Amino acid sequence: MRDVFIAGVGLTPAGEHWDKSLRELAFYAIEAVARDAPRPNPEALFVANMLGGPLSHQAHLGALVADFAGLRGIEAVSVEAAGASGAAALRQAYLAVAAGAAESALVVGVEKMTDKVGPGVAAAMATSADSDWESAQGATPTALAALLMRRYMHAHGVALKDFANFSVNAHANARSNPNAMFRNALTAEAFVKAGVVADPINMFDTAPECDGAAALLVTSRPTPDHPAIRIAASTMATDTLAVHDRPDPLVFEAARFSAAKAYGTSGITPNQIQVFELYDAFTIFSALSLEAAGFAEPGLGWKLAADNEISINGRVPISTFGGLKARGNPGGATGVYQVAETVLQLRGEAGPNQVKGARYGMSQSIGGAGSTVVTHIFERVD
Amino acid sequence: MEISRHWRLQQQRYGLVGEVCPHCEVKIFPPRDVCPNCAGEAKTPYVFTGRGEVFSYTTVYDAPEGYESNVPYTVALVKLEEGPLVTAQLTDVENGQVSIGTPVEMVTRKLREDGERGMLVYGYKFRPVLTTN
Repeated sequence: MRDVFIAGVGLTPAGEHWDKSLRELAFYAIEAVARDAPRPNPEALFVANMLGGPLSHQAHLGALVADFAGLRGIEAVSVEAAGASGAAALRQAYLAVAAGAAESALVVGVEKMTDKVGPGVAAAMATSADSDWESAQGATPTALAALLMRRYMHAHGVALKDFANFSVNAHANARSNPNAMFRNALTAEAFVKAGVVADPINMFDTAPECDGAAALLVTSRPTPDHPAIRIAASTMATDTLAVHDRPDPLVFEAARFSAAKAYGTSGITPNQIQVFELYDAFTIFSALSLEAAGFAEPGLGWKLAADNEISINGRVPISTFGGLKARGNPGGATGVYQVAETVLQLRGEAGPNQVKGARYGMSQSIGGAGSTVVTHIFERVD
Repeated sequence: MEISRHWRLQQQRYGLVGEVCPHCEVKIFPPRDVCPNCAGEAKTPYVFTGRGEVFSYTTVYDAPEGYESNVPYTVALVKLEEGPLVTAQLTDVENGQVSIGTPVEMVTRKLREDGERGMLVYGYKFRPVLTTN
């Protein structure tokens, strides 16, 4: 298959946008990508979204967004893989362009989380878990992550405070990101004292669900407007839908598998990755992702945070624009934000958040508690 | 109303009926008709004893629709004595009386309610072991 490039990125602020609708948020992201990559001429549109049906009473987002954004007539479809939706949509665009079915494709991730408030949102979020065997028991995504975290702490002798720096680092990096939801500093002391959501997970451990939209222009040729960013690997893997069906729940097997496949197809090793935008919906996800992607031994992912090797100047920079924790977690759009932020790093356009000399970057998005994992590796081609 | 969705799982919800693999004898819950161990066909029903121990647990304060009246409630991964893990609520637990490894047994309790005039859904939960049989 031929080379595929990210020619344009479009980011909009993540947060609570009470005055904006699903279609408007998507359109603003498309406007943003058109400012970044003038004259986009996409032949296909992939819309990533998780909860338009249950929260906004709106499915069929391919036609909705194509119509509203003035792209009427274009091939368009929505892609859903829970929290991995955005990255899964990029993979569909990648496949279309790599196969020669399109010269360029647009990826738009959009989530309108605030169209509902209260227990209805929690019920919608719980549809990403196993409905018959997890959600029916009152288990929520946060509860499932909490079950993993408690077992991890028990198995590896780790305390809550050992996870603090994942969130502290995310908030520190978000301070200079105009699109971040929370740009306030967070201290390790405040982290351990925060109100409990589902113990041991507290308010400063979990990423805030919010509205947001981001877009990518995927092309067969690099744009002259920016340094060329090539998709060096695009991989996807699945694990059991329910956590209880896994031989070892403390291994994110789909993350391990999709990362290994990405390293294998690109020939790029974890040592070469200079930025890793991982899926920090919960700090335990960060620890398990670092282990699955080969940056830490099993049971030692937390230590990269505790030893502060995850900062922008550290050995494994993560959440460089605030991550899900501080930039915000707009569901189906999240994977697109992660990719766009990785691309900005490799272009050298990350401003105060720049990882010096970054040439290789990786982003990884997780659907459910590790059930779908999509990994992308990007390379700046000089 | 989603009666059929719950009705068709009554054997599992009320009786913890799973499967046993006729090839490698691995016990399977929830049933999935294909053995997760040897990938052989596994459709032989098997009734679990309902005994096990707590593998992990958490307390939910932010409940989804249908579960609000139980808040806060404890959700656990229970390791059944026959092998499988199952996700279930713990009940009859006083504050702090549960930890990883606590022996538990299955009981039938109300899982959720669909409003004042809606359906009540019953199913398995687990409580710390009362008896020694």
